[in-house]
Amino acid sequence: MALDPIILSRLQFAWVITWHILLPAFTVGIASYIALLEGLYFFTGKDVYFRISSFWIRIFAIAFGMGVVTGVVMPFQFGTNWSRFSDITANIVSPLLAYEGLTAFTLEAGFLGVLLFGRKLVPQWAHFCSALLVAFGTLLSSFWILSTNSWMQTPAGYRMVDGRFVPVDWMAIIFNPSFPYRLAHTVDAFYVTTGFVVLAVGAWLIRKKTFAAEGRVMLTTTLTLLAVLVPLQILLGDMHGLNTLEYQPAKLAAIEAHWNSEARAPLALFAIPDEKAETNHAVLEVPLLGSLILTHDVNGVVPGLKDFPASDRPPVAVPFFAFRIMVGLGLLMLALVVLGWALHFAGRLFTSDWFLKALMWCGPIGFLAVLAGWTTTEVGRQPWTVYGLLRTSDSVTPSLTGGDVLISLLGYGVVYLVVYPVGVWFMARAIQRGPGDIVVPVGGGRPAAPVKAPPTGAA
Amino acid sequence: MSIVPVWTLILGAAVFFYVVLDGFDLGIGILYNFAKSRADRQAMMNSIAPIWDGNETWLVLGGLGLLAAFPLAFAIILPAVYFPILVMLLALVFRGVAFEFQFRDAEHRHFWDHAFSIGSAVATFAQGIVLRAFIQGFDVEARQFVGGSFDCFTPFSLFTGFALMCGYALLGACWLILKTEGALGEEARRWARRAFLATFASVGVVSLWTPLIDADIAARWFSFPNILYLSPVPIATALTGFLWWRAVAKKQDLAPFLYAILLFSLAFLGIAIRLFPMIVPHHFSLEQAASDPSTQVFLGLGTLFLLPVIFVYTGWSYWVFRGKVRGDIGYH
Ligand code: HDD
Ligand code: HEM
Ligand code: HEM
Repeated sequence: MALDPIILSRLQFAWVITWHILLPAFTVGIASYIALLEGLYFFTGKDVYFRISSFWIRIFAIAFGMGVVTGVVMPFQFGTNWSRFSDITANIVSPLLAYEGLTAFTLEAGFLGVLLFGRKLVPQWAHFCSALLVAFGTLLSSFWILSTNSWMQTPAGYRMVDGRFVPVDWMAIIFNPSFPYRLAHTVDAFYVTTGFVVLAVGAWLIRKKTFAAEGRVMLTTTLTLLAVLVPLQILLGDMHGLNTLEYQPAKLAAIEAHWNSEARAPLALFAIPDEKAETNHAVLEVPLLGSLILTHDVNGVVPGLKDFPASDRPPVAVPFFAFRIMVGLGLLMLALVVLGWALHFAGRLFTSDWFLKALMWCGPIGFLAVLAGWTTTEVGRQPWTVYGLLRTSDSVTPSLTGGDVLISLLGYGVVYLVVYPVGVWFMARAIQRGPGDIVVPVGGGRPAAPVKAPPTGAA
Repeated sequence: MSIVPVWTLILGAAVFFYVVLDGFDLGIGILYNFAKSRADRQAMMNSIAPIWDGNETWLVLGGLGLLAAFPLAFAIILPAVYFPILVMLLALVFRGVAFEFQFRDAEHRHFWDHAFSIGSAVATFAQGIVLRAFIQGFDVEARQFVGGSFDCFTPFSLFTGFALMCGYALLGACWLILKTEGALGEEARRWARRAFLATFASVGVVSLWTPLIDADIAARWFSFPNILYLSPVPIATALTGFLWWRAVAKKQDLAPFLYAILLFSLAFLGIAIRLFPMIVPHHFSLEQAASDPSTQVFLGLGTLFLLPVIFVYTGWSYWVFRGKVRGDIGYH
């Protein structure tokens, strides 16, 4: 059997980015949550915020460390496995990635040390500002990386010279057509993901009864935030879909497993797409709803896959099911939030054991939705790396053999399968320890008199 | 007017910052297993815990800077060093998570200790191979690397990997001299001396080996009048080495670290002289590999504005953690 370096490189990219994205999905959200808690502590002086914040900082430290090391792997992938892509698109994508490094990574790294280790060394306001700046850094990072990815989805502001992209209008490049939607939808996804993790931990603390006070604060603050963020996420998703219909019609047709372009189109709730026969089996559909959702008009025309030559079509089943998983999980989240508020108004939020249990089980729900969403987006973009302009098969490094990539893929496979379970286990242990041993300092800030350094080795 | 010289300087600076900053972090990892006690190891790790992430960021900035300023070089060099890069990245994963994992995991502490020290050593070794492969040059046709993925492994590149390990150990030991005291401080001085001798010896071997196998280089360094212009570099290196040795003997804290950095800058300068004006040796010059002027200007303006800002807040973070390592700050 011949090993195909293209397929293997794609697998490798999917493997490393999938593991990487799980960490930003949590660190972007939790960094903002920590900044919020530090702010609440700074302005109200209530100890409970200090304890909750310190508790999450411990978990954040592990996730962030893993986010950094798996992130450093990413830009090198472009060079090692996608060197043609790098040569052809560098004029456009490289400044976006480099600005991510210059504005975001340095900011995060610069203030992370103080956030994690500096509480005793700096005044309280400086520690609070460090938390704010780390959170801001993660958002800047999202801004630039999503601009890059969105440009690959909906390229703009370029011209072609000798088969390579050359920038014409930087504003059009950065704020390309799908970027505002993708940025908003993804950052909100990260906040929602973190929200459900915090809910799960809060529910667990309440059920264990040891740190119920902290658990209750986590539950109420987070449910308040999610009451806004989850409906917003669904709204943003809808707007994103309209944008995809306009700029990536073949992807949209694949998401809907829609073969023939038609007006008054139905919406398939379930189907088994058959790419050879260009049709669907076992279809369960709602008449007219497809046109209504996608065009906001019952008479609207929804594109079909047969409008495109077979060589330009993405795979159908993967985006179709991934999209349905994401939307299904989104609706489940909405149900949980509504239920939470109903129980709150009935005064039973903290006593309904079955609901707390459900929240615990739903802790990872956001991660699943994020992966489903990205799978829709990325597989739906195939067979292109730059939509409609540069094929994935023309992006790969020509000198690589299948054997080379197989070795590297195995390397990433083994290492990530060691590091991730261990990291998750440590986070679980930090959660299990609870906020119990966190001591709120009297005063805080750098001591007035310099502390004599203890002899080394006292650590 | 071309902005390429500006980018050459920026990129050179970024790579140099990476080498010095992550160099001393990795050096501490290389020395880690030589430490006598658990407490010493913890102090070594604590001396870099708050800053290693920022230091490693320069690797990303260097890589992305190369992609942005000289994309053709990026697209040729990275495939050519596919396996050393892979090994480096995987080793960096281990040494990076070891910071967080080793102090949380009493049961498997030995495993994470090794992840930290072996990870650091292997990452350094791989960087040495990349360095040598880069200086040596690659098989290129049109705009692509056409050699094999294992071409970069030669006796010389393996030796360079070893030499870089000595060099980083030197930086790491000097950082420890600065950050620790007592018995560990004494130990660091002993390590520093050994690493210094090993570094000088191996750099000497590299300097003699190169002209033997590369007539171009021999011509560039040893022909008249070049030898007159270029001799200041080896002379300055010898002088700095002397000053370094004296500073360690006089038990100065900061001076050895600064002289070690100076030694690295001289070596860096030597490499730059060899290569200039090529970025892919024998094939593409800096001008030929440069990205579009619009790209260089768009990113260049932002970079020149942002770099000073980064220096200010990174400096502040180093300032917060100034002084000797304290037992109550960091992992414990
Ligand atoms: C929307 C958010 C997002 C997405 C889609 C990605 N990342 Fe990421 N990345 C982050 C958000 C982020 C972050 C939140 O900023 C991280 C996570 C934890 C951290 O340390 O920073 C990070 C870390 C991180 C680092 C380490 C930074 C450091 O040294 O401190 C690098 C080099 C990358 N990423 C590069 C990439 C590349 C090349 C990606 C795509 C191919 C990518 N990331 C996807
Ligand atoms: C962060 C979450 C992301 C996830 C989960 C993700 C997932 C994936 C997956 C699954 C593929 C493989 C598709 C296929 O081969 O059918 C892919 C391809 C790709 N993605 Fe992403 N992606 C993410 C973000 C990004 C970003 C931010 C970029 C750009 C900076 C990017 C660039 C690419 C490229 C260049 C490919 C081409 C390789 C290929 O087609 O296999 N991705 N991604
Ligand atoms: C329930 C209603 C939702 C709708 C209608 C919706 C819709 C969409 C659409 C249309 C896309 C773009 C696919 C493309 O064309 O590239 C997308 C992508 C995505 N979705 Fe959703 N979504 C919903 C819920 C969620 C939830 C709850 C999450 C996670 C918590 C989520 C996370 C993502 C992510 C990470 C992406 C990929 C990035 C992007 O392209 O924005 N979505 N979604």
